[in-house]
Amino acid sequence: MSDTLSPQIRFGSNAGQPATRRDGLAKVTGVATFAADNTPEGLLYAVYAPAKIARGRVSHLDVAAAEAHPGVTHVITPQNRPELQGDPSAKPTMFSFRTEVLQDDTVCYAGQPIALVLGETLEAATEGARLLAPQYVADPVRVALDDNLATSFEPAGFGLPGGASHGDVEAGHAAATRSIDVSYETAAQYHNAMETHAIVAQWDGDRLTLDTPSQALNLSCAGFAYFFGIPPENVTLRSPYIGGGFGSKAIPTGPQVLAILAARMTQRPVKLMFTRQQMFGPVGHRGATRQRLRLGVDENTALTVIDHEGLAETSTFDDFVEPAANASQDLYAAGALRASHRLVRLDVGTPGPMRGPGEASGSAALECAMDEMAEVAGMDPLEFRLRNYAETQPGTGLPYSSKALRECYAEGAARFGWEGRPLEPRQMQGADGLLTGWGMGTALFPCPMFAAEARATLRPDGTALFETSAVDMGQGAWTVLAQIAADSLGLTLDQVEFRAGHSALPDGGVAGGSGHTATAGGALHAAGGDVLRQLGELATEDPQSPLYGAGNSSLVARDGWLLLEEDESRRERFADILIRAGQTEMTGTGHGGRAPEAAGRHAMNSHGAVFAEVKVDPDLCQVRVTRLVGAFAAGRIINPRLTESQLMGGMIWGTSFALHEAARHDRRSGRIVNADFAGYHVPVNADVSGLEVITVHEDDPYVNALGIKGVGEIGIVGTVGAIGNAIWHATGKRVRHFPIRIADLLAP
Amino acid sequence: MKHFDYVQPKTMDEALASWEPGASWLGGGTNLVDLMKLGVTQPQRVIDLTRIPDLGEITFQQDGSVRIGAMVSNAALARHAGFAQHFPMVAEALLSGASGQLRNMATVAGNLMQRTRCAYFQEETAACNRRTPGAGCDARDSDEELRALLGASPACVATNPSDFCVPLAALEAQVEVRGVNGTREIPFADFHLLPGDQPERETALEEGELIIALHLSAAAAGFARHARYLKVRDRTSFAFATTAAAAALRMEDGIITEGRLALGAVAARPWRVAEAEALLVGHAPDAALFGRAAEAAMAGAEAPAHLEWKIDLARRTAARALAMAAVGTPARMPALPASPFGQQNGDLAHV
Amino acid sequence: MSLFISLTLNGEARDVSIDDPRVTLLDLLRERLALPGTKKGCDRGQCGACTVLVNGRRANACLMLAAGLDGAQITTIEGLARGEDLHPVQAAFIEHDGFQCGYCTPGQIMSAVGLIAEGDAGSDPERIREGMSGNICRCGAYHGITLAVQEASRRMAAKEEGDAA
Repeated sequence: MSDTLSPQIRFGSNAGQPATRRDGLAKVTGVATFAADNTPEGLLYAVYAPAKIARGRVSHLDVAAAEAHPGVTHVITPQNRPELQGDPSAKPTMFSFRTEVLQDDTVCYAGQPIALVLGETLEAATEGARLLAPQYVADPVRVALDDNLATSFEPAGFGLPGGASHGDVEAGHAAATRSIDVSYETAAQYHNAMETHAIVAQWDGDRLTLDTPSQALNLSCAGFAYFFGIPPENVTLRSPYIGGGFGSKAIPTGPQVLAILAARMTQRPVKLMFTRQQMFGPVGHRGATRQRLRLGVDENTALTVIDHEGLAETSTFDDFVEPAANASQDLYAAGALRASHRLVRLDVGTPGPMRGPGEASGSAALECAMDEMAEVAGMDPLEFRLRNYAETQPGTGLPYSSKALRECYAEGAARFGWEGRPLEPRQMQGADGLLTGWGMGTALFPCPMFAAEARATLRPDGTALFETSAVDMGQGAWTVLAQIAADSLGLTLDQVEFRAGHSALPDGGVAGGSGHTATAGGALHAAGGDVLRQLGELATEDPQSPLYGAGNSSLVARDGWLLLEEDESRRERFADILIRAGQTEMTGTGHGGRAPEAAGRHAMNSHGAVFAEVKVDPDLCQVRVTRLVGAFAAGRIINPRLTESQLMGGMIWGTSFALHEAARHDRRSGRIVNADFAGYHVPVNADVSGLEVITVHEDDPYVNALGIKGVGEIGIVGTVGAIGNAIWHATGKRVRHFPIRIADLLAP
Repeated sequence: MKHFDYVQPKTMDEALASWEPGASWLGGGTNLVDLMKLGVTQPQRVIDLTRIPDLGEITFQQDGSVRIGAMVSNAALARHAGFAQHFPMVAEALLSGASGQLRNMATVAGNLMQRTRCAYFQEETAACNRRTPGAGCDARDSDEELRALLGASPACVATNPSDFCVPLAALEAQVEVRGVNGTREIPFADFHLLPGDQPERETALEEGELIIALHLSAAAAGFARHARYLKVRDRTSFAFATTAAAAALRMEDGIITEGRLALGAVAARPWRVAEAEALLVGHAPDAALFGRAAEAAMAGAEAPAHLEWKIDLARRTAARALAMAAVGTPARMPALPASPFGQQNGDLAHV
Repeated sequence: MSLFISLTLNGEARDVSIDDPRVTLLDLLRERLALPGTKKGCDRGQCGACTVLVNGRRANACLMLAAGLDGAQITTIEGLARGEDLHPVQAAFIEHDGFQCGYCTPGQIMSAVGLIAEGDAGSDPERIREGMSGNICRCGAYHGITLAVQEASRRMAAKEEGDAA
């Protein structure tokens, strides 16, 4: 049946072009509508009261005071909360956590919702929630890694990561002529997308319409529907623009469920928008870790062992353990490898995936440990990494689907000017008196794919409509997916109408794991191919077509024509094929996902190398990252402009991880004391200069049909370590925790 | 936010007459509105001062002194060419504070009235004597980093977060205030109060009084060639000071004839020590000399174990600010005002 | 109580009734005047997402009581372009990819317009970075933002020179 193969399409006419964002005009003129921008008629505002203790129970709420406040219409507490049809402790979808929806008066973490107030205005609801003035019976809190016992666990699906062990680890330790045994800590971090979680919920009978940001529209529909005993298809979720997600917007949260419940109870539309402070609570976070790394090298400076133990916090009521140790298993050739994880239960909200889960925290520790090992070995850090370059996947010996990491090292080092870097620290001081240090780190991120569906409709005017419920949270789906779609039919970008961000469309899957472009893009590409296959069949089987009798596999599509590859004079317009067949349009469908047979044959990762320059005031110890050069190999780059932005964004997250982000708890109440942008620092514009991104060409025939690997998260990986190492190189101080702050460098 | 009665008087007399206990004066609102949202401040009445004429003027007097109206914005003052030329470290401090937006809104008087950024003051449910007299102080035994190293009391360990106030203290500004009983001037050193056992009393303003202007003398302008503000912070911009110092020198033939030094972020008011300044006089600029002065300025500082580093950092900040002042005021405001990374090797100012 | 204020909002005279003195300019725009282009990121002056121009100067709408704004001229992101013609800052943000998710973008753009009008930064990247530091971008689009402000600043200066000549 070779004749039913899709005709070839001309690839690269749109893919590879640095198109500006298709949603750019809407975003710069303020007409791009984010969830909370919707204000339907008859709206009620909902504001939830967060617990200000981390453990205990709520003993009193002044409901009367709240109700008496002008404009307040309802106060919902555990005492009067209408029933939910789904059990909030259950896990209705593959990414679910126990959801806090006013089950009872128990408090398990600070920031947990303890009541919901509805009002005719935002001002009234806000003040009503404050007037509840909760009183508590508080128990002693456990908010630091040492506040509770560390325990091991049985790996189980999402949240409880397995470890790994390859080779004889004990023998690896024994074979080392030089070794290090170091422990690194990373702080708890909160996603803090600029758009807080918001929801506008409207019921019409048993049908629910939601405006809420979601990284996984159809999954979210199923999640929300579960609580209300309605089928997922009764939920319409609109999420055309998402103001950043970073992993926090894939999973329904308690306050969102409560807002929907309030809308059902009142039979009015309800809007709830988290405050910034409320973003430090029920929406997940990157859990704090403590990681022990034992590395050994033999007399040839070859790694004999990487032994990585991770300890991570989780909540008292659900499981998500940062899979940090796994980050060291795929990167360097070592005789033996081991990754293991333990957890400690604390009175915090359940952590969750946050940009680069596992890899970001794990790489921070690993890349600094590699630097320490290089130092012990008296070797340049880059040379040491090259010395231990993995030609095949460590442990398994699987070939890599592609791995241009060597080129990343070379191009990054050249651009940065790494050569000639003094081995010893504290050797570079500029005319400005500032200490200068250079450090590097390797970046790796896997290439997972989820599943996505798409539909393509060729119209008689030669344009096409592509549909999938993909989401754009800033990564550029509106643009990049349209480029892929256009190429799938050989059309130009402006001939393609692209619909996404709406749950009624074919399931676009999850925008996560850096796999959305590959997965949803794969679905779109396949949908376009399905149309071409049908067109080809019509044409080649129709005696009236110039293409009659041609093999379908020798057709190409270009600019609205099907052409015979070896004789381009034999061609026919899409529209003419349709018209003659009496069809007004033609629809194709496509699926995106990893081919099962491809998964086991190759190890698949994006790679990169990050080089950092920091300047440190020798007396005041304030740090500034002055240059950051990242070279990344991530398969086919669909849009260089947007890819550069993604990678730069990730590198800025690396700066943030290395120097800024840490949630600090009050040790008595467990409350996060810096739950705002004045106290919880992320970089501002002045923190970012000298940023450069290089993308290294990589053809990957195995990762998926499009050769796409993904760029959303890898930028953060490697950068944290590079900055930590640069600080050591500048100051001679090896700080073994993140963020690195002034006090750490001031210490004698 | 609690309900309040909003009034917008058109004259000073009307403003003074609209005062009642529990009212708040509203200037730019950058601190007050925020605190009202948090429930930390719950005024019954908000008296908006933006419509009172003549509070927005910057006036140089014949004698070379300057009078700055209470409602002049931080940005307008910092960008006033004559002011920045004569009082460069005040402009530098202003431009190192907050953000461009906030500086457009925030007023001179509001900056003097800025409340502490202590996390326990800002959280309505935490015990805070400053917010609720007698409630206790949850900050004292906490890991709070914005903590007074000097002048603290058992009742309160809060710091004053202002950048602007630090050079004003060094330059001995005068605060002109008005109440129903008339106008009076308060020396800057007496304006902010240390907490003692009444931390809720933060300034020398009497009930119903309001700031109408600030004065800087011609003598204060005499430091213009050697005056710097330095602010150490956790990110390059838009952050409160970890430590800060304003240093101003008068130099003749390479010898310091007068020195001023005030530290920020270390106490409930800008911290100025006469002994430290006296040490400078009669000497040539020298790192060891500045180290001794910094040491004297921080004499008596105390910190819990987790913040002992901050005493050291405050000394280093003071010494560096003095060294920067000795080099001379840059002719143009550094791109990163008051930053350790903002040092310029370019031209110096000649006033 | 009910207050009436008159605003010039994006060039248009508007009489607005304020029935609650607690209403901020930000919530007035977003919830009552159907102008949700101005975004709420922190509601406390700590992120800059709500930046608008008030009497030509950039300000955080979240910290302004609407009741106090009688007579003010307010420009929001919705009022920046002239019909189809983008403001040079808007065009430069698209060209230099000065945003990703787009949520902080209205605030970034209004802040940039304000910064350029202040005249201190010119096209000096370090001064632009400092001047734009009141606008947090969590996606990390700062590199593009700085380039965009630089280019818009140059273009506007050139146009001014051209107009003057």
